[in-house]
Amino acid sequence: MVLDKIEQLLKKYDNGETSLQEEQQLKHYFTQETVAPHLEVYKSMFQYFLQTQQEQFTKDVPLKPRKTFTLYKWISVAAVAVIMLGVYTQVGNSRSFSDLSDEELYAYNQTKKVFNLVSSKLNQGSENMNALNLVSSNFTKGAESIVYISEFSKTTNKFLKTNNK
Amino acid sequence: MTESEFLNIVLPFKDKVFRLAKRLLVSNEEAEDATQEILLKLWNKKELIQDYKNVEAFSMTMTKNFCLDKLKSKHAQNLKIVHSNYQDNNASLQKQVELNDSLNWVSKIMEELPEQQKIIIQLRDIEQYDFNEISEMLDMNETAIRVALSRGRKTIREKLTKTHSYGIR
Repeated sequence: MVLDKIEQLLKKYDNGETSLQEEQQLKHYFTQETVAPHLEVYKSMFQYFLQTQQEQFTKDVPLKPRKTFTLYKWISVAAVAVIMLGVYTQVGNSRSFSDLSDEELYAYNQTKKVFNLVSSKLNQGSENMNALNLVSSNFTKGAESIVYISEFSKTTNKFLKTNNK
Repeated sequence: MTESEFLNIVLPFKDKVFRLAKRLLVSNEEAEDATQEILLKLWNKKELIQDYKNVEAFSMTMTKNFCLDKLKSKHAQNLKIVHSNYQDNNASLQKQVELNDSLNWVSKIMEELPEQQKIIIQLRDIEQYDFNEISEMLDMNETAIRVALSRGRKTIREKLTKTHSYGIR
């Protein structure tokens, strides 16, 4: 290609006005072994561009985290299943009265009787407590009358003071 | 959508995503992580993919935003992973080799460009996208893109000329 044309293109190139085709022409020109000495600068530029264009992403495309997410989903499903199973077996184990044998029923009734007895005695005990209440009310009355005593002592003090004078 | 269908959509441009990420994040590992992240996000939204007009442009936009976010958070942490740390002054031999290796220089110069110019040069000169595709990806108008492109190209050329003539003039 004529050097003139290349120089023109380079001028356009520097101003950012070249089309992709023109840039291709330039790139092609600068892949030659020898270029005009005053254009050496452009040679390294274009060769650098071509070289970096070859660079590739060599690592695998990672799509794994999505998979671990589905794993979590299945773990949660399994956990729910386990919980449901636990609840089910618990509920299944509890028996109603009709399932009890005679002996068990007898034991149950005995226990009930004992508890009833205890609770009735407890009530009697709490009735006795009323006597204590009476004592405490009398006690507060006594405490009130102490106030009179303290009043009395005040006046005595006054009396004593005047005596001292 | 099955995995193979998804891969068929994604495979043609996964390298472009990677290269853009690498352009912005510099380090290879970071770029690989970013690419995986982007692909994963796409996979999680695979039901919506059919609705997108242009999956490739959409992914490139995603990549750009993701990488810029990453850079921002790095800045916020006051951590610079960017390779400012392995400049050693005594390796003069290596420097001489580098001087000859002008391709390396181009990549170094590109690292110093503002992010927007980096992205635009990457998309235009390396991935060879059309201007209207780029404007769709970056949500910019074409004139602004041309201006940024021209500035970036000129900066690269000027800095390259400097390094080439270093020690000669």
